[in-house]
Amino acid sequence: MVKARSLTRWLAFGFVAGLGFVSAAPASAQATLDTVKKRGKILCGVSPVAPGFSYADDKGVRRGFDVDICRAVSAAVFGEPDKVEYVPLNTNVRFQAVQSGEVDILSRQNTWSFSRDNSLGLDFGPVVFYDGQGLMVPKKLNVSSASELANAAICLLPGTTTLQNLEDFFRPKNIKYEPVVFENSDEWRNAFFSGRCDAITTDRSDLASVRAIASDPDAYVVLPETVSKEPLAPTIRQNDPNWRKIVDWSVYALIAAEEKGITQANVDSHLKSEDPEIQRLLGVNGDFGKMLGLDNKWSYNIIKSLGNYVEVFDRNLGPKTRLGLTRGPNKLWTEGGLLYAPPFR
Amino acid sequence: MTTATDLAEAQSKLPIRGGQRPRRGFVSRGIKPFFGTPINALVTLACLWILWLGVKAAYGWLIVRAVTAGGAEACKVGQGACWPFFAAKLRFMIFGIYPYDEQWRVALAMILFLGMIGISMVPRFWTRALLGFWAATIVVTAILISGGILGLSHVPTTQWSGLPLSFLLSAVGLALGFPLGVVLALARASNLPAIRVLAVVFIEVIRGVPLISILFMASVMLPLFMPSGITIDKLLRAQVAIIIFAAAYIAEAIRGGLQAIPQGQHEASNAMGLHYWQSMRLIVLPQALKIAIPPLVNISIGFFQDTTLVTIIGLLDFLSTVRTAMQDPSWIGLAVVEGYVFAAFIYFVFSYIMGAYSRFLERRARLGHD
Repeated sequence: MVKARSLTRWLAFGFVAGLGFVSAAPASAQATLDTVKKRGKILCGVSPVAPGFSYADDKGVRRGFDVDICRAVSAAVFGEPDKVEYVPLNTNVRFQAVQSGEVDILSRQNTWSFSRDNSLGLDFGPVVFYDGQGLMVPKKLNVSSASELANAAICLLPGTTTLQNLEDFFRPKNIKYEPVVFENSDEWRNAFFSGRCDAITTDRSDLASVRAIASDPDAYVVLPETVSKEPLAPTIRQNDPNWRKIVDWSVYALIAAEEKGITQANVDSHLKSEDPEIQRLLGVNGDFGKMLGLDNKWSYNIIKSLGNYVEVFDRNLGPKTRLGLTRGPNKLWTEGGLLYAPPFR
Repeated sequence: MTTATDLAEAQSKLPIRGGQRPRRGFVSRGIKPFFGTPINALVTLACLWILWLGVKAAYGWLIVRAVTAGGAEACKVGQGACWPFFAAKLRFMIFGIYPYDEQWRVALAMILFLGMIGISMVPRFWTRALLGFWAATIVVTAILISGGILGLSHVPTTQWSGLPLSFLLSAVGLALGFPLGVVLALARASNLPAIRVLAVVFIEVIRGVPLISILFMASVMLPLFMPSGITIDKLLRAQVAIIIFAAAYIAEAIRGGLQAIPQGQHEASNAMGLHYWQSMRLIVLPQALKIAIPPLVNISIGFFQDTTLVTIIGLLDFLSTVRTAMQDPSWIGLAVVEGYVFAAFIYFVFSYIMGAYSRFLERRARLGHD
């Protein structure tokens, strides 16, 4: 009896516990830049886990390529890169989170495509990473082209377009295959390594990391075909041209810095550069920051805190990391790649 | 035909004071049930052999072949469990993305909270003072975790993660779901048609859809219906979803208990002049809740594990921080088994404690009846 009575009394205290978690955050009804400045931080939507693109280090600090894009915008707006709050978003809620104002930027390996650009009420910034879906097979299969994969079992993740791309690629060639879908990426990788599938498919950047993880990476080969184009670009709300331009030019600043040979280490010495474009880029000359509603030092702050594009790439994805990605099409246009920033003038 | 020896044997099986069993010899207790017949002996030996294989494999993997020194490179070469992974990632797996330098706060809050739960489990401490202590604990825990006053920096809910988040979601879900569940169960058993129908509709709708879809509704649909400029904390949305889901299931468990109470109990309490609430509070509910202990504990264990579903709306519960740790580029693919075994171990420990406690409560309740 005593027990039951105290049980009923405990009920009331449950309600008290709930009070601590109530909070309401106002989203942007006005210009995003003003909201962000007032809030004192940028809300950045990222993948919960995407090796190299968004992950937490030993101390729980978020790092990665996608994360650095948000940090670049933070450096441009606030002069320091860490005024960012990361909101982990899954694929099924990511665009809605931008629409509802839960995040200011969505930087989570979003493919820029026609239908997304024109039906979601969203804008895509410049492409930060040119990816494409590829296929990988064990070397001992002696396959050198995707068209030899007739009746192959292909391991894939239930990504948004992975299966559709595969279908678009194989159907015109009249090749039959058996898709094997996994929800969990550990399971998916191990199924391929253990021989459950003849081939594995995902974006090439991920394929490289799958290969890097294998106990014997040399036993696997990535096939030459690119099944689909996957230009990854940050996403923001439509109808805020100023905020969009801040995101656009923060990315261009990274690319332009690489083009001009400006790095995190030598940016200070470039302040004395005679090159007029470098002077404009670093805010020595011209009022370029003001035009964006920012400090003239905005891009100097980006480079000072993050480095240029290749430094961001190498730190998160490059050959020195375990993922060991080569730059592929993500080289400067001058080196035969696709990266091209409009001129700073 | 009943012989004197049969009678004596039957008597010896009867519970003597306090349910204490009579002592029997090692042979009848330890050997007979396992080796009594040839088939039993065979089954026992087979089980022992399988157990031995399991223990041997686990020992070899965890201890003998384990990689204890070095870093990720050593684990890539080694064949056994990767202990350096835990050295590097244990703290992250438990506390997640909660700011590293502030993690002592959430650790302290967790110790306080678990300590209070431990104390609350002991019947001797079930007094009014305990409620006061709980109120203080909840306030202190909230201040420690959230901060923003007393010189503690504010930690937004987006950074609450790991084991504390799993505890929070399940504990608050059950603590608030329970009173709501009791009210729903009483409403469903009510004589007033409007109240009964409302309760039935609520319970059946909630039980008719999976928790995942309720979480999706809370995290995807709700923000689109909100006036522009207002967003509700994502954690709060998930928490409310879990509370109403828990309430519907708890209500059904308690309804089962209510139905087991004989009509005579209601009539007797009426005859004593107790009004509805008095009769419920003093006569019916104490007995009904006692009967409902096993299903309630079942629900509690289930919800502790169901909190892992919040990962699909982007909250980092314990299982997702473990998985996040495994996906760190420097460890990816090296500690898959280690990570899942660790997560399973933690879930098992807490679920087992809950189960053991429920068996203790049942025994105690049964004694109270006798």
